[in-house]
Amino acid sequence: MSTCIASRLLYDGADWDFDKLRRTYDAIERIAVEELGLDLYRNQIEVITAEQMLDAYAGIGMPVMYRHWSFGKRFAQNEMLYRKGLRGLALEMVINSDPSICYVMEENTMTMQATVLAHAAMGHNHFFKTNQAYRSRTDASAILDYLAFARSFVARCEERHGAKAVERVLDAAHSLGEQGVDRFGRRERPQLGKERDRAARRLEEARTDYNDLWRTLPGRKPQPDVDLDEEAARQSLGLPEENLLYFLEKHAPRLKEWERELLRIVRNLSSYFEPQRQTKVMNEGCACWCHYRIMGLLHERGLIDDGAMLEFLHLHSSVIFQPDFDDRRFGGINPYALGFAMMRDIERICTEPSEEDSAWFSGIAGNGRPLETLRAAWSDFRDESFIRQYLSPRLIREFHLFKVDDDGDQPELRVDAIHNESGYKRIRRAVATAHDPAIDLPCIEVVDVDMHGDRRLMLQHVVREGRVLDALETRRVLRHTATLWGYPVVLREVDSDTGREFAEHDASAAG
Amino acid sequence: MHVIDRRRNPQGRSLGNRQRFIRRAREQIREAINDALRERSVEDVAPGADVVISSDGIHEPRFARDRTAGRREHVLPGNREYMEGDRIPKPQGGVDGAGSRASDHGEGEDEFAFTLTREEFLDLFFEDLELPDLVKRKFKAEKSPRPQRAGFSISGAPNRLNLVRTMRRSLARRVALGRPSEQVLDQLGRELAALRHGAIGPGDGRSSAARVAEIEEALERAERKRARIPFIDPVDLRYNRFEHVPKPVAQAVMFCLMDVSASMDEAMKDLAKRFFMLLHLFLDRRYEHIEVVFMRHTNRAEEVDEDTFFYGRETGGTVVSSALNEMLRLITARYPTRDWNIYVAQASDGDDIPSDVPRCLELLGERVLPVCQYMAYIEIGRQGRAPAAQDGSDLWNGYIRLVPGHANFVMRAVAEARDIYPVFRGLFSRERSET
Repeated sequence: MSTCIASRLLYDGADWDFDKLRRTYDAIERIAVEELGLDLYRNQIEVITAEQMLDAYAGIGMPVMYRHWSFGKRFAQNEMLYRKGLRGLALEMVINSDPSICYVMEENTMTMQATVLAHAAMGHNHFFKTNQAYRSRTDASAILDYLAFARSFVARCEERHGAKAVERVLDAAHSLGEQGVDRFGRRERPQLGKERDRAARRLEEARTDYNDLWRTLPGRKPQPDVDLDEEAARQSLGLPEENLLYFLEKHAPRLKEWERELLRIVRNLSSYFEPQRQTKVMNEGCACWCHYRIMGLLHERGLIDDGAMLEFLHLHSSVIFQPDFDDRRFGGINPYALGFAMMRDIERICTEPSEEDSAWFSGIAGNGRPLETLRAAWSDFRDESFIRQYLSPRLIREFHLFKVDDDGDQPELRVDAIHNESGYKRIRRAVATAHDPAIDLPCIEVVDVDMHGDRRLMLQHVVREGRVLDALETRRVLRHTATLWGYPVVLREVDSDTGREFAEHDASAAG
Repeated sequence: MHVIDRRRNPQGRSLGNRQRFIRRAREQIREAINDALRERSVEDVAPGADVVISSDGIHEPRFARDRTAGRREHVLPGNREYMEGDRIPKPQGGVDGAGSRASDHGEGEDEFAFTLTREEFLDLFFEDLELPDLVKRKFKAEKSPRPQRAGFSISGAPNRLNLVRTMRRSLARRVALGRPSEQVLDQLGRELAALRHGAIGPGDGRSSAARVAEIEEALERAERKRARIPFIDPVDLRYNRFEHVPKPVAQAVMFCLMDVSASMDEAMKDLAKRFFMLLHLFLDRRYEHIEVVFMRHTNRAEEVDEDTFFYGRETGGTVVSSALNEMLRLITARYPTRDWNIYVAQASDGDDIPSDVPRCLELLGERVLPVCQYMAYIEIGRQGRAPAAQDGSDLWNGYIRLVPGHANFVMRAVAEARDIYPVFRGLFSRERSET
């Protein structure tokens, strides 16, 4: 201890304890807030064991989660991989909540803990708080309460209606999780804090609510103008609708109130996670940049020793490692690698731009304000727009990126662009598109309901570039959808340009 | 910033999820266990098992694109030799997406591997099996007694503090002794502040200063009284009290009888061993306390330890009744039938000297079967021949006469290792005990 004070070191050696943790946190936070200008939620650091980390994995990273077999499945699988040494565990996990909860593992060395604090408690935390996608979609202060509500609601439903019945609805809802998001942000963000009151009020409102689909008695008057009437009905259903879970929750004729509430829970969680899908590269890039910068400053000022710095660099370089496409370890573009490289690149463009940079990034090149530029980028962009804006030719060269086109009918792939003058733009566009969930995920909409016939629900998949759905998986999902809808469901795959129909899948409700 | 140490939190938070998962995959897991049993011995399996199940029932479908259809673009890092316009033959399994998909979800789509704990394994293993004619319960002193609620006490460990009782007594004492409450202090304080600001004046025409002095004195008195009379006094404390009450324990003894005469070879003994093993595992789960007696016999019977039982060598003739006699002697001496549930499992190749068979029948019918819960006779066929297909051994033909009159006596024939488990299930399955 005395040596620490004498030599200004925050800690030495590998072991951590709560004193060192606190001292290091304070030093890191001072740098983050005063020098880097980060805007943070309050932090809550929780020390957990490996088993608890596996628990957290299973509950998709949330500290509280309702019960479902799929989480048990995930736990069993991760546990097996971990015990056999096939997979390491993440060093940390951080939750977009207020206060921000950051899990650190007890097995970590003190240097790892410091890195984790700089990475998650500073980088991710700032990103969660300031990024526009999170601000507009998630309600950080209420998420933990909402999860607790969801958990007890599901448990109550299991008690009252049986675990089987609850499982049936949740299974079906999970299969549509990715289609439970308003991609284009039409509805305002859910106020999770008010959800509980809402749940009670909904029950009352729904009783008095009128919905044409629910009418089982034949109409008294003959329909004078069928077309007009149908058009009006379609409008009252809000068609077309891209958020399948929303549509089913509001309009599925045979669901009970508690089943609708379950759909709502799944939908709310799905939209809570949507920003993370949209900002993987930026989020990790921001966090990696922060830990790299902060640890560097700590070392520069003699607050950590050379040994710690070396350990950090080793850790850092394995996190941002990008294997080549023909490497056995290759698993797509590593968001940590791409994100970190882009943040460093922006910093470089701001301070020492080359001629090329000045041409490509006239707005920021040589402005001398890297921190401000980065913070602005972190708050205003998501992956797709960020890459479209900031991926520089220099990085494309560094990564040796190349673009291949894969036509399903052809036996060969074609190299469409490489890292040269004519290829930069095409490569950049393709990388950006690949990071847009709205394009990456199939676009499926509710287009119609057959209100005079068998109440068939009609879905449509807008096919781009001939990329149709996997028939087997689609049938499985549709079976789930039909369970919720209560009547047959049809999915048509239609080409976006020509309107040509590729395939039709259908499923009817069981029992 | 707070640092919270969660390491001591209760473990197994996801137990509920795991139970749901196992319930969901029950059929597939049972199939996997049965498959595994065919190849392994019971001892291998019992400590817990890696199972690989098909992912039929536990697949979570999503809308996903067909990976082979349509036109797609991939951007890949690490270009070395390709130039624009180059054509590359398609690698097996596609590029980029496909490769990562397979490694992300390690198990692929068709099989799912995970580890069952010993408990889970045995639960599934013995699912639907039931012990016929269970349970004589008895107080057994050496069994650790269980705590039982027994009112309240005035001392105890802090974790047993009964808050409701304690607060009730605290409240009663505070009311009785007239401890001024927070509200009273608040009210006085507010009035004092208002008087000092001149916002209000005393109602009865006295001067403000007099009223202020009066309130100050009252406040001081109240504070002193609060200090004298604590909110919670040691005399208020009440703790939950527990008494240790011995609970009746069901106990069982299991007699394993085996013919070790020359006619039983190693393979046949191995089969017998497997059967005994299963029976032991099974009884172990149903009883808190179980003893096993190994008894081997040739022309005379003796009690031996497990090792000798399975691996010891002895030759001689075969007199089955000697084992039955010895067992009856032990029951009288050590296991009074009033206290013990008695199970008998006999394995033999069916040889007996013909003159002994009537004696066995008499012993069984009149003395053994009336006192034991259940007796299973396993006849082991030689070299993979099903014994039932033989024209019947001496013992089989004799014993079969006892079956109609005794519900607690069953006999089965076993020829190969993989018959053991089905035979075992057949003996103890619920349907059997219902009929």
